[in-house]
Amino acid sequence: MFGAGGGTSSYREVEETDLIVLWGSNARETHPIFFHHVLKGIRNGAKLYVVDPRRTSSARWADGWLPLNVGTDIPLALGIAREIIAAGLVNTAFVERATADFEAFRAHVEPWTLAATAAETGVPADLIRELAHAYARADRAQLCWTLGITEHHNGTDNVRSLINLSLLTGHVGRYGSGLNPLRGQNNVQGGGDMGAIPNRLPGFQDILDPAVREKFARAWRANIQPYYGRTLTQMFEAMDHGELTTVYAIGENPVQSEADAGATIKRLSGLDHLVVQDIFLTRTAQLADVVLPASAAWCETEGTVTNSERRVQRVRKALQAPGEARDDIEILGEIAHRLGHDLRYESAEAVWNELRALSPMHRGMSYRRLEAEGGLQWPCYSEDTTEPSYLHGRLWADDPVERGQPAPFGLVEHSLPVDELTEEYPLRLTTGRRLDSYNTGVQSGGFNSPLRRGETLDLSPEDARAAGIADGEPIRITSRRGSVVAPARIDPAMRPGLVFMTMHFPDEVDTNSLTIEATDPVAGTAEYKATAVRLDRLGPADAAAAERAAATRAGAAVEPVAVLTGTPPAPRGPARAEPVPTRPVAG
Amino acid sequence: MDLHFLDAVADAEERAAVDELLGEPDSGWDGGQRHLDDWRTTRGGHAARSRRDQLLPALHAVNDRVGWISQGALNYICQRLTIPPADAYGVATFYALFSVRPRPKRVVHLCTDIACKAAGVDAVRAGVRAELGPPGRDAGGVVWQESPCLGVCERAPAALVLEAGRPALGHVVAPVGTEQALLAARAPVVELAPEPDPALAVPQAGDPGLVLLRRIGVADPTSLDDYRAHGGYQALREAFRLGPAGVIREVTDAKLVGRGGAAFPTGRKWDAVARQPADPHYLVCNADESEPGTFKDRVLLEGDPFALVEAMTVAAYATGCRRGFLYLRGEYPRALARLENALAQARARGLLGADIMGQGFDFDIEIRRGAGAYICGEETAIFGSIEGLRGEPRSKPPFPVERGLFGKPTVVNNVETLVNVLPILAAGGPAYAAVGTPTSTGTKLYCVSGAVARPGVYELPFGANLRELLELAGRPEGSELTAVLMGGAAGSFIRADEVDIPLTFEGTRAAGTALGSGVVLALDEGVDLGGILLRIAGFFRDESCGQCVPCRVGTVRQEEALARLTGGRPLGSTEQDLALLREVGQAMRDASICGLGQTAWNAVESAIDRLGAFREATPS
Repeated sequence: MFGAGGGTSSYREVEETDLIVLWGSNARETHPIFFHHVLKGIRNGAKLYVVDPRRTSSARWADGWLPLNVGTDIPLALGIAREIIAAGLVNTAFVERATADFEAFRAHVEPWTLAATAAETGVPADLIRELAHAYARADRAQLCWTLGITEHHNGTDNVRSLINLSLLTGHVGRYGSGLNPLRGQNNVQGGGDMGAIPNRLPGFQDILDPAVREKFARAWRANIQPYYGRTLTQMFEAMDHGELTTVYAIGENPVQSEADAGATIKRLSGLDHLVVQDIFLTRTAQLADVVLPASAAWCETEGTVTNSERRVQRVRKALQAPGEARDDIEILGEIAHRLGHDLRYESAEAVWNELRALSPMHRGMSYRRLEAEGGLQWPCYSEDTTEPSYLHGRLWADDPVERGQPAPFGLVEHSLPVDELTEEYPLRLTTGRRLDSYNTGVQSGGFNSPLRRGETLDLSPEDARAAGIADGEPIRITSRRGSVVAPARIDPAMRPGLVFMTMHFPDEVDTNSLTIEATDPVAGTAEYKATAVRLDRLGPADAAAAERAAATRAGAAVEPVAVLTGTPPAPRGPARAEPVPTRPVAG
Repeated sequence: MDLHFLDAVADAEERAAVDELLGEPDSGWDGGQRHLDDWRTTRGGHAARSRRDQLLPALHAVNDRVGWISQGALNYICQRLTIPPADAYGVATFYALFSVRPRPKRVVHLCTDIACKAAGVDAVRAGVRAELGPPGRDAGGVVWQESPCLGVCERAPAALVLEAGRPALGHVVAPVGTEQALLAARAPVVELAPEPDPALAVPQAGDPGLVLLRRIGVADPTSLDDYRAHGGYQALREAFRLGPAGVIREVTDAKLVGRGGAAFPTGRKWDAVARQPADPHYLVCNADESEPGTFKDRVLLEGDPFALVEAMTVAAYATGCRRGFLYLRGEYPRALARLENALAQARARGLLGADIMGQGFDFDIEIRRGAGAYICGEETAIFGSIEGLRGEPRSKPPFPVERGLFGKPTVVNNVETLVNVLPILAAGGPAYAAVGTPTSTGTKLYCVSGAVARPGVYELPFGANLRELLELAGRPEGSELTAVLMGGAAGSFIRADEVDIPLTFEGTRAAGTALGSGVVLALDEGVDLGGILLRIAGFFRDESCGQCVPCRVGTVRQEEALARLTGGRPLGSTEQDLALLREVGQAMRDASICGLGQTAWNAVESAIDRLGAFREATPS
């Protein structure tokens, strides 16, 4: 945000802040490490507010829980903004010097009175006021979010509506105050930082900037395209139109992670050529023409990862990768070589040093320093300096030149979820994750957990009673796109009209065959968080089938390719056993 | 807060007991009926978690009403207070007075500790056992069990009857023979013989030379007016005149040191707390008198409760506390009743609460009952117990004056220490310091029991020697003194020929013993020393909180070695087992976190070194 993708604060600041807002995040389960920092903050006296339709395990730690209707984040944020303005709690010093379009924003939020906001969001007006005042009055405040904000058809607008709140109150660019999207993996941040996004080169440098392109072209001795690449969603569209015929997927399992799984399989099966590089023989890999067994990043390779607080840390090779699995850098270099480019590097450090030469924000991070200081946060412009632990301190500068471009308020509009609730599909299904499983289960399914109960349909005691559904009873869940069966789990944390599932067990219950591929136009993220469904109790035949399925479910774990030894991994299904392509792949 | 509950549900009686303490639940999340508005209610934040300190009172509430704490009741308490049930279970099972298994409403605790053992409780135990079966077993609506010291040593042997109900009843029967014990087990509590006047525990009662005990047997302990008629609340008035710094100066000039055993200068402690910038400050009165053989605090609490209330108010005023906790051991039902009455009367007269005596000073006292855990008398374990945690001692530093109760600066003083503040303010620090010796000033209370004619609490100026004290107490006909246990289970034995030891901190230290809590347990030739040592070892093994290894393992090893030695079956030779005892004892003394482990070997060591225990193949 403000030109660079990353949380603005550090973990330490979360521990030393006065107020923490988790908005659309069940960090207790989905970001357990981050939540430990939250717990330290709570122990130090910080108050916690949680905005979530469900009374999640995070909400159970909260001083205030705002149970909003799914997809009403924008009205809630606008209502909070209006209350902050109406109560005279705007940080005028910050708004005047560092923001733009405040007057327009004031007019924009005017309709969202407490009453109007309460009516639309379902959150009682006194709770809205409480959070507005608590956030605006806190000396330091952290606003954190995750997929509850971004997995909507208007996810980008959702994020902007939260940024508005930090602009109003000046909770950004200061120690202890900040905006923090929580990252779901150890290196999601690093992936974006390294340019694995369609519009940026490493270090968040805009691909449309000719000077930037030239710098990279010189280093890589290749021309850089003068236009943005495609988001995943755009790639899917391009596949539909026959414009994209070859895919090289690295460490990604779209067959099970993307909304509307049936459509994804159809698209990938229709490609001319699919290459998958992974440490597991995932469902996607099973569709591939070529599978390239890679090595596990955390123990079989040298390199770096970057965590949610922008901290670059070294990872070291502890084990030799099994069989023919190879290091990602080596595979990429080899492919480049076969394609006619000499991109081979002596070591991970050589790759890193090239990055430091090209990305100003990483320049000061030598391996020596990373080791000596236990990791470094970007930006780090030179070897002998360390920047503050928070970003965007410039917004507070007295000197307008140093302050730079003011941050504009986003005049975002409310837009309800695409998948409408109707009489036929009266319940709102929202999806999420649990502590003991990770996404599609590729990495976590192989391990036992005493907590794991398999997929369930979580619903409120009231809905269960009304429909005569018993705890554990298999239930058919049907959306406009698909239908699955899962056992009911009666959960008092759910309220009437809301049901919940995960996507951890796609082999047994393919939740994403229900979800809608309504994507955000900027980020391309689908609206996993809002699906309209109906529930049906099973007939006797259905029930027997469900029982058989449950019986075979036990012990279903994904077999990791990387632990196969000796012979080349033999992908099941239609894939051919060719570990390395024998001819250049046309793009 | 992450809470995971099993299915057990509290019954109506259990819920009512908890609700009487905490009020009605306000949503389905804290144990009430779920209603649709619940999903708009937050619970689990700072406000919900801040009630953790109500855990021990809530456990008492259920145990008092039902007699034991079921899983359903524990679940309900945890829902109400936002505590993980596993955590609360750890607390409930920490205390000897609680049971998490079904048991009858009436429990008879028969004291089998050192003073009662010396007084022949073993015969009573055998008699009770023959009639009621082994301890811990339901014997038709009553269960009996062996108990550590009940603090009634002047009337040993003693039994305590506790009966759950509304109200819960508690009654001490002492001295107790088999017949009285069985009566206590079966007769309605209200029909048991009333407990004697606490003044009978003070053989010197009425002596004009008494300072700390002067009102006992003279003023009515249930009447604030009578207390004031006998000089009550003069000290508080003087304190307001002096101001907080003036009070601390007087206490410092008086050279008052703590009477709980550690003998730390009280003025320095108060000054350190008064200077702490952190807010609030807390006052804790340690009335968890459980050192075996000690009963002086009980006599003060039962016989002159207003004195403690006034003294706590003075201490709070001097150190800037607005809230005081009086942590009373759970085995003192009469002291509890007297103190509750005293607090109520003081509040009614504006001597507690807001704007005390019109001086703009606010202070109130809350009684917290212990539940049978010797370790909770340790000055940091008491914090854990009040906070609703297991009563485990904390590593020092940080010291309580800096981070004590709820992590805030805390004055923690023993009952006897606090009541000394009243004569200090009455006479002035220097005049107080003129009594006793230059380094041990004022008077000291002694708990004299065992082989003496008139057991009870005695008050003597520091500097008197043990012989004088024993002469005051008198020797029973035909009894020959063989040894004296000084300072209780954590203290040490001295020989009969060592009674000229001056009773001062420095004098006892020089003689290789300690005043400790003032226990003077006289033993004559009839006593089974090996049995007493085994009982002491068993006591420490049972009371070790288990937090640190030297104590948790050492107390077990010590008991095992003593069992072998007293049984005449040493491991290898007697010398080998004695060497083992020494090594284990030294490890406990050097490496335990708190005083319990550090002193658990004292008495055994002194018995070996001074009394020559186990010198022959068979015990003395």
